[in-house]
Amino acid sequence: MARVGRVQRGGWGSIRFLAGLFLVGLAILESAAAARAAEIAMVSGSVGSDLKTLRHFLAEFQQKTGDHVSVVTMPSSSTSQFAQYRLWLAARDPDIDVYQTDIVWAPQLASNFIDLKPYVKGRLGDTFPTILASQTVNGKLVALPMFADAPALYYRKDLLEKYHKPVPQTWEEMGATAKVVMDGERAAGNRRLWGFVFQGAAYEGLTCNALEWMRAEGAGNIVEKDGRISVYNDRTVKVLDMVRGWIGTISPEGVLSYQEEESRGVWQTGNAVFMRNWPYAYPLGNSADSPIKGKFDIAPLPAGAEGGIHAGTLGGWSLAVSRYSRNKAVAVKLVKFLSSKAVQKERAIVSARLPTLKSLYGDPEIAAKQPIIGRMKIALDNAVARPSAVTGTDYNEVSADFWTAVHNTLAGDGSAKDNLELLEAKLQRLKGVGW
Amino acid sequence: MRADGVAGRMSVLLRGRRVTVLLFLTPMLVTLAAIAGWPLLRTIWYGFTDASLSDLDAARFIGFRNYLDTLTLRSGRTVHTGLLADPAWWHAVWNTLRFAAISVSLETIFGTIIALVLNQRFPGRGLVRAAVLIPWAVPTIVSAKMWAWMMNDQFGILNDMLMRLGLLSHPVAWTASPDTAFLAVLIVDVWKSTPFMALLILAGLQMLPRDVYEAARVDGVSPLRTFFDITLPLIRPALLVAVIFRALDALRIFDLIYVLTPNNARTETMSVFAQQNLFSFDKFAYGSAASTLLFLVVALITILFVTLGQLDPERGQ
Amino acid sequence: MRMRTLKAAGFAVLVAAIITESVFPFYYAILTAFKSGNTIFHVDYWPTSFSLSNYVSVLTQGVFARNVLNSLFVACVTVAISLIFGTTAAYALARFRFGGRKLLLFAILSVSMFPQVAVLAGLFEVVRALGLYNSLWSLVLSYLIFTLPFTVWVLAAFLRDMPRELEEAAIMDGASPLRILVQIFLPLTAPAMVTTGLLAFIAAWNEFLFALTFTSNDTQRTVPVAIALLSGASEFEVPWGNIMAASVIVTVPLVVLVLIFQRRIVSGLTAGAIKG
Repeated sequence: MARVGRVQRGGWGSIRFLAGLFLVGLAILESAAAARAAEIAMVSGSVGSDLKTLRHFLAEFQQKTGDHVSVVTMPSSSTSQFAQYRLWLAARDPDIDVYQTDIVWAPQLASNFIDLKPYVKGRLGDTFPTILASQTVNGKLVALPMFADAPALYYRKDLLEKYHKPVPQTWEEMGATAKVVMDGERAAGNRRLWGFVFQGAAYEGLTCNALEWMRAEGAGNIVEKDGRISVYNDRTVKVLDMVRGWIGTISPEGVLSYQEEESRGVWQTGNAVFMRNWPYAYPLGNSADSPIKGKFDIAPLPAGAEGGIHAGTLGGWSLAVSRYSRNKAVAVKLVKFLSSKAVQKERAIVSARLPTLKSLYGDPEIAAKQPIIGRMKIALDNAVARPSAVTGTDYNEVSADFWTAVHNTLAGDGSAKDNLELLEAKLQRLKGVGW
Repeated sequence: MRADGVAGRMSVLLRGRRVTVLLFLTPMLVTLAAIAGWPLLRTIWYGFTDASLSDLDAARFIGFRNYLDTLTLRSGRTVHTGLLADPAWWHAVWNTLRFAAISVSLETIFGTIIALVLNQRFPGRGLVRAAVLIPWAVPTIVSAKMWAWMMNDQFGILNDMLMRLGLLSHPVAWTASPDTAFLAVLIVDVWKSTPFMALLILAGLQMLPRDVYEAARVDGVSPLRTFFDITLPLIRPALLVAVIFRALDALRIFDLIYVLTPNNARTETMSVFAQQNLFSFDKFAYGSAASTLLFLVVALITILFVTLGQLDPERGQ
Repeated sequence: MRMRTLKAAGFAVLVAAIITESVFPFYYAILTAFKSGNTIFHVDYWPTSFSLSNYVSVLTQGVFARNVLNSLFVACVTVAISLIFGTTAAYALARFRFGGRKLLLFAILSVSMFPQVAVLAGLFEVVRALGLYNSLWSLVLSYLIFTLPFTVWVLAAFLRDMPRELEEAAIMDGASPLRILVQIFLPLTAPAMVTTGLLAFIAAWNEFLFALTFTSNDTQRTVPVAIALLSGASEFEVPWGNIMAASVIVTVPLVVLVLIFQRRIVSGLTAGAIKG
């Protein structure tokens, strides 16, 4: 019995040795692989075609570096995307490494993101200065711009031709032209036509619209770069009074509840002479079943009567790296990749997203396949940034107080003077000793 | 050290008593201090700062400004801001008090009726008691969803029923329409909480001596008078306890309203107001101040009830 | 005689009304859950189909099964900790006389009166400091806020009424307080512990606000939040069939549990309220 056991033990012994060797080898290979390939998570909030494009780029990234990026889905809750980001970061969640942020978000959450400046020194010269400045807080680059967005004035070229009107260069001219065309068309039987639709609901979009009117008239930037609160001045009063005059005359009363889609709805069914909106509406307006296909074009937003600038509010998306990430090196690699020249070019061609790098606007391939991109360059040159970088964590409240004041004025709830005066006091209180 | 007899043992025991008591109490006390005491103090603290979720560590002390603040405008006009000057807050307070008063009253009335029924002996009593427990057993969120489905304006059975009975001429959007949202919340809460009231009142009824009723029956007192003159005074302590518990719960209500009628100013209670400011709007400090006020209201009413009802934590009443 | 039959009939109607009112919403939810496809949008008062499609859909799409497990884990652990900490504390409070005991009892009870939102901000801070955000442990910790006081309260009430003689013999034998608790009182309080455990389980299972705030991934959510946030393919589509199926899945075991233990639950609720 013992002899059999000893023989067995001997046989087993060599098998065990080989097995052990195999396992050790496997472990070494595994850990080596693990050391090379990392797992990080990114949240973008994108849906539909944008998500498809993103996944395409992430697959490309994995091919090049071996690192796998998983896309975190936004939880199905009623809070906004920004509120969810804020909650994750406030909770110091380490499970998300990269955040895709709207242009005004990263500066508000600045303390939660790492400084990306040391990693992208070479690229900074090629980026539009306003875009770069919008993502810089106290010298720290909190997010890398990925693609930009700037609004334009959409106009019905067929109607302007009919009434022999040029493309308006000032807001006053736009108002006058809209009235002439609208009255003419309504008299001719088209009862549903309005002069001008924009985004007048009480939300961030109204802040953008109102900032454009203000900058066109030289009324300041609500809060200046040095932190000074400049919003209550004669020019702001004048321009808000002007827009108040549009409500019910060239713009429907309902415009005070329109966001981007509602205004596009009125425009695309052919019921508006002018619309202020982002570039996304351009290809949609030219789609096969659109009533206005081929009948419209875009122009820079009007300036002010005294030759102010053709200002459009800067929009767009950037990528930020969380301070609580456990793999910042790979996260930075991903961020640099997704905002690199090659990827921006491909994204421009595939989804008509405006690049943030000046050099790409001269690229012949982009010009050939997506001509609208070249047309938008002037809009980017003239883009103005909302004061999110200077107001930091208070920006949300600043914007909310601002759009409330504007909305109340446009709705006839208080005069422009009274609302702006109250706004100024609220902002002063919010600012305290310093933003 | 040796000691004989019970007394001797007792004294040994009693000497070690403080240590024992401390040891036994500590885990619970530490836990409660950590998850209730400390967080409450922090919430109160945040109410005095300008904290924002975007950067909680950078919160600055600003005194009572979240509660009440005066702004002087350029033209000399003064304006009040802050919680105590916020119409939305007072609206929430009013909604909460109105809701608590109406729901507790309805639940008490219905609960008493059900308790009286269950107090009778009849065949199938066990079945009825089981059926009555069901609304209480269903999780609040589930009841909200069940009723939301029944109250659906297009496919809901409630509209269908009322229209067939001729009480409605067209479907009503119970949970969305500002006029009926409050009613919708009341209906669901009364449905859900009446069992609790019924059980507590039933317990009170079952402790009553039978001979009083015998005497009343013999004297030919009508059932209605029996109830109001005999039963009601005798079950007052049980009733009071039930009402207090339910009232405190009603003042704090959140779940039902968040799920059934979200973002509706007509049903926003203090809890909903606070939670929205804390996490949805970026008004963390403001929300903390609102939470503190809610806590004070509940604490005040608790103390009021306790002193008025003369409840003793040691003796049953 | 007619009066009596009238009264009896009236009583029967009342009883029928009570039963219908209590059970109908739940019955209707079950009815809807068994309908498939577009038949949901047709109002029926009686069951018309017994399709399991909604159940299959809610269990296979998304992570609902995982949510149920999450709720189970949290509720069980919360009950375990509540019973352990609660029993020892209740014993100390009930069987020993010391200064400030009444005040302490009252303070403990008052903790369960805290509005949840009043501790939410501070608790969020604690959760993130401990690195527990999005972890089920954050919920276990938070739920003790209401389960612990209730457990202490009810068990203390129960233990207080026990006669002194039970302890005296053990004291004679020189037993330590821990031995007295475990060997003498624990077996006697077992029924009360089952009751409070059950009530604590139900409370933890149903909790919504903390679960909504401290978890963000769909895989980490518990059942109430999962049901509240069940959404369809687009943001405008409400998957009623799935919601009803999920509700039934979650509620039927709970209802069965409550019905089986109804006597205990009723006595527990009333003991907590009246005896205390």
